[in-house]
Amino acid sequence: MYVAVKGGETAIAHSLDLLADRRRGARDLPELTLDQIDQQLSLAVDRVMTEGSCYDRTLAALAIKQARGDLFEAVFLLRAYRTTLPRFGHSLPIDTSRMVADRRISSTFKDVPGGQVLGPTFDYTHRLLDFSLMTGDERPTAPTAPVDTAQELPRVGDILEREGMLEPPPPADAGAPTQDITRDPLTFPAARAVRLQNLARGDEGFLLALGYSTQRGYGNNHPFVGEVRYGSVPVGFVPEELGFAIEIAEIDVTECDMVNQFAGSHDVPPQFTRGYGLAFGHSERKAMSMALVDRALRADELSEGVTSPAQDEEFVLAHSDSVEASGFVQHLKLPHYVDFQSELVVVRTLREEVEARRRRSTPVSAFGQAAE
Amino acid sequence: MTGITASDGLAPGLADPAHDSQRLFRAILDAFAHPGRIVALPEAPAAVAPMSQAATAFILTLIDRDTPLWLAPSFDTPAVRDFVRFHTGAALVAFEADALFGLASTERCPLFDGFPIGNDAYPDRSATVVVEVPSLRGGPSLTLRGPGIDGQAQMAIPGLTDDFVQERAANHALFPCGVDLVFTAGSELLALPRSIVVER
Amino acid sequence: MPDTNQDAGSAYNYAYLDEQTKRMIRRAILKAIAVPGYQVPFGGREMPLPYGWGTGGIQITASIIGRDDTLKVIDQGADDTTNAVSIRRFFARVADVATTTRTEDATVIQTRHRVPETPLREGQILVFQVPIPEPLRMLEPRETETRTLHALSEYGVMQVSLYESIARHGRISKAYNYPVLVNGRYIMSPSPIPKFDNPKLDRNPALQLYGAGREKRIYAVPPYTPVKSLDFEDHPFEIERWPQSCDFCGSTESFLDEMIVDDQGTRQFICSDTDYCQERQENQRQEAERQEIRSK
Repeated sequence: MYVAVKGGETAIAHSLDLLADRRRGARDLPELTLDQIDQQLSLAVDRVMTEGSCYDRTLAALAIKQARGDLFEAVFLLRAYRTTLPRFGHSLPIDTSRMVADRRISSTFKDVPGGQVLGPTFDYTHRLLDFSLMTGDERPTAPTAPVDTAQELPRVGDILEREGMLEPPPPADAGAPTQDITRDPLTFPAARAVRLQNLARGDEGFLLALGYSTQRGYGNNHPFVGEVRYGSVPVGFVPEELGFAIEIAEIDVTECDMVNQFAGSHDVPPQFTRGYGLAFGHSERKAMSMALVDRALRADELSEGVTSPAQDEEFVLAHSDSVEASGFVQHLKLPHYVDFQSELVVVRTLREEVEARRRRSTPVSAFGQAAE
Repeated sequence: MTGITASDGLAPGLADPAHDSQRLFRAILDAFAHPGRIVALPEAPAAVAPMSQAATAFILTLIDRDTPLWLAPSFDTPAVRDFVRFHTGAALVAFEADALFGLASTERCPLFDGFPIGNDAYPDRSATVVVEVPSLRGGPSLTLRGPGIDGQAQMAIPGLTDDFVQERAANHALFPCGVDLVFTAGSELLALPRSIVVER
Repeated sequence: MPDTNQDAGSAYNYAYLDEQTKRMIRRAILKAIAVPGYQVPFGGREMPLPYGWGTGGIQITASIIGRDDTLKVIDQGADDTTNAVSIRRFFARVADVATTTRTEDATVIQTRHRVPETPLREGQILVFQVPIPEPLRMLEPRETETRTLHALSEYGVMQVSLYESIARHGRISKAYNYPVLVNGRYIMSPSPIPKFDNPKLDRNPALQLYGAGREKRIYAVPPYTPVKSLDFEDHPFEIERWPQSCDFCGSTESFLDEMIVDDQGTRQFICSDTDYCQERQENQRQEAERQEIRSK
């Protein structure tokens, strides 16, 4: 019987039904609502928005629900939706010095203008399972300091830059039209703006490992966290018919300015250089990893020599995307029996030829020995 | 878009963009796949003078805000400019070198000088030039050979001189770089990609 | 300019892609035809199917297909493998298109890993799903390098690789995705079709379009274009042959799938091209009926 490939249509239909059934789980339990996912699995929502490059908490929550909590799958769902959306125009660059920060820390100075704000962080939690969460969590709302939304939070990098200690943002970043990696194919060498877009969408785990590798000597840049901040910023847009900017949204972002040592070159005195990371929502691990990798990828520009994986633009940019990587790894599940069959034919032929050669070259006395 | 609206007497674009452009593209695809073959455009939209129906259809099918267009002086009229801007959003550029598409007639000599030809690493970054001609038939016969052609094909476009044959030979010599040509007349077109050898 | 043309009940444009994306892909296809075998970079989009599962082919098909078309989708030569079914359903749903399993009836054939046994005719379009479009990729992983090699027609690295195979095995051991030279200029990956199918690419009357979604490349072989499988004078290209014939239709000409049918390792050999095999069985049945009638 030719069972393997028959009835594909029915099999798929049943598979879809089963999948939906498993997603729902035991029916005597209440169904998850999107609000619950948004509020109580908010960091998952942040990650899906970041790598899905689409800022919409509700849709990200929907994707997580539909994907049964598989965040790769959720990122894919959101991307595939995003790609169908019409493009009305481009927002203005966000100005993170206007951020209303929930958290803001610098590891380079004890105090900075605007202050260190610890905010909500896992950093100082003791990783002990909190068994009280097993039976409901009726805790009161945490007190928060009144927020002064008018207060500007100057970025530590800008302060260092004024002193000449930190390089200004690389000139290519200013003014030039920015290529959009969701519309144009990636070509090499890539502009920094293109690299940053790629890293912003890149898989957090991949960037984490690459960033980590730079700390272990594979392209070390002696990084310091100039600053990590998390909070909300306004998004401006200039509608063509108005001709001036209006505020269309407020979004939460995490920004990391990594300050790295730079020995200087023939023309430039020693100074500090930048690595930059930005992610939607509260995603510090992502923003910091991105900043490390961004700086590592500037090796060529800074004449440091490209010797490590994290410095290798083609290697990093071509493999950072989880939607691409996940699809191609998993496509190995698709039938490959035609290719395998042609391999079988070739390998059998080669083996027969080897066998024939062996027989031809076996001396008669060998049989005698074998008989002994 | 611009401040123009369709009510300003502007010719309509494609009535049913998804399906009309699909049908038109398939005809254009057929022409590129069979260089030299005269292909009729099904239900082509009305012509916007001085463009033919075929040139109008070609522009509506393939040009948009990502593809700067260069118009030869004879086509650089307010009617054409408004039509192109409104329906495609394409930038109209003053220099051939900035264009991805061109619209010219055989009066222009050399015919497609100055358009981008791509480079050896990216030969696709080259222009496609639409050449309006009075007819695709009845001129001196030229022999075509190359990809898409079973053996050889003929094309007989009136008004193509020896200069054209020479210019075209120089273009072919640039392969894989070079300019691709599309000849339009009435509601028909014929494609001449750079890969094709043209001989008297 | 209205870019949406939404069919009733669907939130998506006809054939899923928006019109601007289709135009971009259509332009890339025309450039691909103008430079046969050259890989045109295009702004590939995320599709609702995973990368590696045919997104390049799907984007090409979505950009060319219309309501007048008849679509056939095959995977491993078969119309009823799960991924072929899935892609066919996708287009039936988003493009309102007629589908068929008969090679002869199809205007557009999307394929993964095979070229149909039934000869194609002029006017048909064969759309290949391509995982790795760069034929030199496994020899040189860097895009910047391979692009230069193509630009300079510097294909020594490929010749060396094939020659090493001969030195080691006495023959070129590459069984599928066997590299070809298109119109004497570009070395091209024919996608992972078995080398058995390579001769069908040569001077084929149909238009061949190749789409790599994840790698964002489109390339083409126009009708009647010479496509030569790379070889050496003393080691000419040859295709695989089976001592067996198809257990269903008796064909000795077609590519055979091998199946293990019991735990003693008994093998059965059957045409990989299900349509070809069924056509032959049907013809044999009709012929038998005719003979029966004649003998009565």
